[in-house]
Amino acid sequence: MGRYVLRRLLQLIPVFLGTTFLIYALVWAIPQDPFAGKCGQRPCDPAYIAEMSEKLNLNDPLLLQYFKYLGNLVVGDFGTTFNGVSVGEQISTSWPITLKMGIIALIIEAVIGIIAGVLTGLRKSGFLDNLVLVSTLFLISLPVFVTGFVLRLYLGPQGFDLMDTSVSSDPTFGELILPGFVLGSLSMAYVARLTRSSIVENRRADYVRTAIAKGQPQSRVVGIHLLRNSLIPVITFLGTDLGSLLGGAIVTEGVFNINGIGGLIFRGIQEKEGVMVTGIVTLLVLVYLLMSLLVDLLYAVLDPRIRYE
Amino acid sequence: MSRSRVAWVALPAALAMTLSACGGGGGSSSTGEGKANPDGTVSIYGTEPKSTLFPANTTEAGGGKVTDSLFSRLVGYKAEDGAPYNLMAESITSSDAKVYNIKVKQGWKFHDGTDVKAENFVDAWNWAAYAPNAQQAASFFSVIQGFDEVHPADENAKPAKDKMSGLEVVGDYEFKVTLNGPTSVFTTMIGYTPFSPLPKSFFADTKAFEAKPIGNGPVKFVSRTPNALIKMERFDDYKGEDKVNFKTLDYKIYSSQETAYQDLVAGKLDFMEALPPSAKVGEKYKADLGDAVVTANLLGQSAIAFPQYIDAFKNVKLRQAVSMAINREQITKTVLAGSYVPSTSFVSPGIKGYRPDTCGEYCKYNPEKAKQLFQESGFTGKLTIQSNQDGGRKEPLEAACNSIKQALGVECEFVGATNFGAFRQIVDGKQLTGMSRSDWSADYPSIENFLNPLYRTGGSSNDSNYSNPQVDALLKKADETANEDEAIKLYQQAEDLIAKDLPSMPTWNEKGIGGRSKNLLEAKMSFKRQPVLESLRVKA
Repeated sequence: MGRYVLRRLLQLIPVFLGTTFLIYALVWAIPQDPFAGKCGQRPCDPAYIAEMSEKLNLNDPLLLQYFKYLGNLVVGDFGTTFNGVSVGEQISTSWPITLKMGIIALIIEAVIGIIAGVLTGLRKSGFLDNLVLVSTLFLISLPVFVTGFVLRLYLGPQGFDLMDTSVSSDPTFGELILPGFVLGSLSMAYVARLTRSSIVENRRADYVRTAIAKGQPQSRVVGIHLLRNSLIPVITFLGTDLGSLLGGAIVTEGVFNINGIGGLIFRGIQEKEGVMVTGIVTLLVLVYLLMSLLVDLLYAVLDPRIRYE
Repeated sequence: MSRSRVAWVALPAALAMTLSACGGGGGSSSTGEGKANPDGTVSIYGTEPKSTLFPANTTEAGGGKVTDSLFSRLVGYKAEDGAPYNLMAESITSSDAKVYNIKVKQGWKFHDGTDVKAENFVDAWNWAAYAPNAQQAASFFSVIQGFDEVHPADENAKPAKDKMSGLEVVGDYEFKVTLNGPTSVFTTMIGYTPFSPLPKSFFADTKAFEAKPIGNGPVKFVSRTPNALIKMERFDDYKGEDKVNFKTLDYKIYSSQETAYQDLVAGKLDFMEALPPSAKVGEKYKADLGDAVVTANLLGQSAIAFPQYIDAFKNVKLRQAVSMAINREQITKTVLAGSYVPSTSFVSPGIKGYRPDTCGEYCKYNPEKAKQLFQESGFTGKLTIQSNQDGGRKEPLEAACNSIKQALGVECEFVGATNFGAFRQIVDGKQLTGMSRSDWSADYPSIENFLNPLYRTGGSSNDSNYSNPQVDALLKKADETANEDEAIKLYQQAEDLIAKDLPSMPTWNEKGIGGRSKNLLEAKMSFKRQPVLESLRVKA
């Protein structure tokens, strides 16, 4: 087990180098002059362009630029954006907010999704089952910004006045519950459906029948035997979903004006700020890798048949 | 500075135009009832600054708003009409409009407690102009003698000096500016943000200044959370007449105007100088905001340029025909939902020297005459209008294209670029393949600023690549004329010549529409589409 984890962690290094280079090269290849439109209606002063290019190493060949970037990254310097604010500082203010919201979304989708999935999986084609099927179908068909705008309209000051129209610059957990719900709503629907079909399938499995035949109570049959086996695909989904919740929250962040990672990437791409995009995407790649490692380890916990050596 | 407004007011037509343009012209204040709280907090809509917060480096709105509040300059602009008045200057005198003697008021302080002296202006201007310091607005100092020595035209050349010979400190509170040639607009120009003074500490440690700017304006910098908040506070030692009537100022940074507007309506944000398109549809903002709507006369001009490097557009009849084929009246009412008014001149209303209808019949919708001119021009093929398509730019231009299509019976298509940067890259690279959106907003309120950058050969924003030696000569002569009224006459003559050539067609002028929250008793908006800080009053 320990060696397995170590091997997986060592694999992170080449993946890290590969992705950072790939992202850096991709941003570099965006066919737009980073100085176009930066100075308003008139073109930028040539001296300004020359100095800034020098400062941001824009004149170097791609590989050299990348190695300079990497060298700075090793000593913890993420670089600075055009407005002179360090990328590290921007990430460190945005990262906790996004992480908070991502975790809230993950908890909401996992708790509500799994409970709904188990209940409907056990009582197939009842009223509850149909209700969950229809409502999840509804959620899946709605784009996130519609959910966001509708909830903001009805729960905000113009509706039931349960929440503010946007969150503060350093939001608390409470403020992020609604945005987290919006963010997690789509995945919640998937989790519910995934759990349901998995439960329905496993209910007829031999080991469940054996457990019932042994005379074990219903709660133990469902909670230990059935659920643990049925959760494997759900855990896989949840694990990779955290990554997309963190990086792909651009729309939700925009609707509630949350100063998060998604917005930073979006702005970075728009302004062609390679250091910003590379820095954040690298972080996200690390999150993806660590989450998939965690998911793999959880398999072994859920299903004793899986062993890592 | 003698600012006689008689000539302007005496033009009845001008007055009529101003009335129809904005229901009273100028910035109309929006006032509520109740007692004011002198120590309240005001939050204002902001966007993340795109450059470092140095006064000569913030040429876009997000950063400009911040540096504008942190710094006060020699000259300020009146909120109502943008007329310049002496703010930090005791006096600005010149006999020939070439050599200016500037006396600075005593007793003013920077936010760190040091005195603002003449050398602070001279040092700041020299620093901003010096090419290796890479300030975006460096070219504004090119009127000053010795600029080419600190900022050579060739960007790879090392500047010979780091100080302009035209700037000379005479005493603690007095300095002399020698320009390259007579420039009457100089006294208006120095109210623009890049001409701010900088404290001694700036030159000692620019990095520290970057993190915590120290200005001499009515509010001082407190803290900044990138992409979220820039916090400021009243500067109690401020000596200017534009003191603020609140304690704390928050620039709240939004990524979406829609969300900011929701906050404004809900009272979580106090001031917005622009409204999102969804609020303008059917004038929804009037219902949402009621008497809290804030309006202003903006010094902007929307136009569509005919790039002269495209052969077809060398034919003036085609340019006239296209311009007459656009139903400005209808487009501003429908597609633009009344937030714009048709433009009939190359200068925006409210500017001293503005005359309506300088574009004459060519800016009036006349499909018959347009068709006739179009046939005479012999143009065949397809017309296109290029612009960035985000930010509501696409719809009015598509409407213009449709209007051209219907009037002239010619194919017309809108060609969109993904964003402003991509679009400007095409324009600046002179790679346009058709007409292009060419919107301009003035840096400082002067007729000069509407003509020189746009229509002079090689002008910094001459999108149509227009060049007419006669216009150049008139503009040069006007620049060098010391007497302001005479200078304006010359600028107007140049404008008339431009109208004949029609290198770009004026389309519409934006009405500045913003809003305040119920927490504010009063708010005004300036011609630069910024909140007038001294007008903001917080409800007790």
